[in-house]
Amino acid sequence: MEMDSVQLSAILSRIQFAFTVSFHIIFPSITIGLATLIAVWEGLWLKTRNPVYLQLAKFWIKPFAITFGMGVVSGIVLSYEFGTNFSKFSELTGAVLGPLMAYEVLTAFFLEAGFLGVMLFGWQRVSERMHFFASCTVAVGTWISAFWIIAANSWMQTPAGHKIVNGRFEVESWLAVIFNPSMPYRLSHMLLATMLTATFVVMATSAWYLLKQQHQAFARKGLSMTLWLALVLAPLQALVGDFHGLNVKEHQPVKLAAMEGIWPAREANVPYLLFAIPDPEQEKNHFEVKIPGLASLLLTHDWQGELQGLQSVPKADRPNVPLVFFSFRLMVGLGLLMIFIAVAGLWLRKRGTLYQSRWFLRLCTVMAPSGVIAVLAGWYVVEVGRQPWLVQGLVRTMDVVSPLPAERVALSLTLFVLTYSLLFGVYLYFFRKLIKKGPPELADLQQLKVGVKASGYAVAFTKNLADETKHQGAH
Amino acid sequence: MDISLFYFLLLGFAILMYVLLDGFDLGIGILYPWFNSDAEHDHLMRSVSHVWDGNETWLVFGGVILFGAFPTAYAQLLSTLYLPIMLMLIGLIFRGVAFEYRFKSHSSKVWWSRAFALGSTLAAFCQGLMLGAVVQGVPADALGANSLQLVTPFSLFTAVSVVAGYALLGCAYLVMKSRGAIQHKAAQRGRVLVWVVMLAMALVSLFTVLSDDLIWQRWFGGWQTLWLLPLPLLALAAARLLYRDLGRVRKSHHNKEQVTEKHEDRPFWLAVSLFVLAFAGLLVSLFPYLLPRQLSYQQAVAPEHSLWFMLPGVLIFVPLILAYTLWGYRIFAGKVEDFEEGY
Repeated sequence: MEMDSVQLSAILSRIQFAFTVSFHIIFPSITIGLATLIAVWEGLWLKTRNPVYLQLAKFWIKPFAITFGMGVVSGIVLSYEFGTNFSKFSELTGAVLGPLMAYEVLTAFFLEAGFLGVMLFGWQRVSERMHFFASCTVAVGTWISAFWIIAANSWMQTPAGHKIVNGRFEVESWLAVIFNPSMPYRLSHMLLATMLTATFVVMATSAWYLLKQQHQAFARKGLSMTLWLALVLAPLQALVGDFHGLNVKEHQPVKLAAMEGIWPAREANVPYLLFAIPDPEQEKNHFEVKIPGLASLLLTHDWQGELQGLQSVPKADRPNVPLVFFSFRLMVGLGLLMIFIAVAGLWLRKRGTLYQSRWFLRLCTVMAPSGVIAVLAGWYVVEVGRQPWLVQGLVRTMDVVSPLPAERVALSLTLFVLTYSLLFGVYLYFFRKLIKKGPPELADLQQLKVGVKASGYAVAFTKNLADETKHQGAH
Repeated sequence: MDISLFYFLLLGFAILMYVLLDGFDLGIGILYPWFNSDAEHDHLMRSVSHVWDGNETWLVFGGVILFGAFPTAYAQLLSTLYLPIMLMLIGLIFRGVAFEYRFKSHSSKVWWSRAFALGSTLAAFCQGLMLGAVVQGVPADALGANSLQLVTPFSLFTAVSVVAGYALLGCAYLVMKSRGAIQHKAAQRGRVLVWVVMLAMALVSLFTVLSDDLIWQRWFGGWQTLWLLPLPLLALAAARLLYRDLGRVRKSHHNKEQVTEKHEDRPFWLAVSLFVLAFAGLLVSLFPYLLPRQLSYQQAVAPEHSLWFMLPGVLIFVPLILAYTLWGYRIFAGKVEDFEEGY
């Protein structure tokens, strides 16, 4: 009886972590890319003085702000959940993961938070260049944050640089811990993913305005820029993803077998499954639609290449195969769709009908959440695919959950589900509202209500000057 | 100095920074019900909307320093304090998103005001509850036992005290950042809160000192009493001056005179010093424990390799963070009325 309660509590803790981390990742995957785009637009505006760039920056800063806010509040939850729900894990790995998290806070969180205030509210208070600097700092802060988080996560996938003393992890080489075997692939894959996510959000919005015949100049600039970006980023992402896949084959072969639905312990001339329904009970796939030998070719660069399958390890050491298998296909499918859109965009541009082609604009519009969905699916492959391990091959997830009473975790999980469902609805409502409101009028922007020429600046400046004179007088 | 002691002090510094900085902006939320009009609520929120995010980051910093430097304490404390932490996080979520959504809403604005006020109060209340539970000594079997075990008369009292304390910080901040009716009201409320907070500090100190013979010995067991005595005395002096300064502000409004700048700014720093002194007193009582009577910082400390690895980061970035945080505050120096435009 007691055993059951412990099991239930552990499962609830895992559901809660999966739920809260899935909710969280939606927002950074938009803001990392969007912060970068905003900084680029601001820079282009300073360079060219073309007001449409300022319009883009000032418009997107609002959706950025609400997204960032959601990311902040849902992120704080995670930094505490390791301790609350996975206390044994924190105790075992604290000496390795704790310092990485500490570096994230020191080098990124404070930086983002410190300059975000100036970026959002400082238009009147600082010069244009200083504001641009603040926007760049926020963008760089989001990358640094991704660097440390990915380093920590990758260490859990492909642990290196550690030793185990009295059952706990200690570090032998920090360089080996941070730049562990899968880290460079995972980091570049994730950063590209966030850029693509933001790119497709902006592209969808611009296409929607064009369909509605609103804000034409603004929407054309947005669509054109993002299509160029997608043309570079989407194929590049496929390439990086391929390298990442090879890395998974090298270090986490069981995860790869789940991704590709390979059951025999070793198989040569492995087909690529376009579709299948993996059956963990019977250890085989149903309804396979396949291309013979392609998986071997992609992963070993040889039609006859051998791959390790799921039966090479006991059932207890395999992940949830259907979830990994379908998540992987969803991610790849969306990636291919992105490449198609980028190429189709180029083709329409050459024909000169990019801004009129309604089918294409509609397709772009529905792609708005594609990046977010692909990122979520990708992380499900990464995280579910590593199970039953929390640290690959070393720590089992079920062994390191906090021994909490199940009803306590059930209560917090219920609260999170209610809170996050409500907030997600609210977030979408306000995001839509901001999009429907449209960009600020060019006429308003041309009065240059930014930097030292802004109306509020003089008041603030005089006030500060008066303060400073007074302070100097006091010394 | 022993490197583990350095991290113990750093953890203390992070918690203190959090309490001071998020204290005043949670305080603004706690004070919401005492202000009526939409315009007043706008003003209150605008006074902290550019800094709340940075302030809350100190909470994350405290958490990760505990995780990295004292993993055993991180694991034990957080899982034991499970429910208050979860409720605090929910409170912080609601009050955090209220900053974004309140200014963008019309019909639902009143709900965001409520979310901001309730979320801030809940977060402060839970922090106070945890403070009480830690000071009182978390029972070793708290993980498996009744979820309400942490709720004792003492922890409820510290919870209310922390809410009152943050509200006092909020009042003092408002006196500095506003003019007119808001400043007047903040000064009035602040005067009442000075009494409440001083009473709470006295009772909590009394309980702490009487509850444990070791703590009693530390304060009154010898000559050290002499050099510990300034802590309560300075607190009394600061409270008295704070009370009088707020009185001056109130009186100036009453007589329709200009409030002198000294009396606008000083209350905030006095309220801050009250918190610093209270925190120092707590440190004297609890040192060297992270969980009183159960787990000292030396017992919970991470291997040295991890501590040395974090050290350059701490030594380089903490001063840098303090510098640009200060810069951010200076950019938005002065009264809220002077910077109208948002983003």
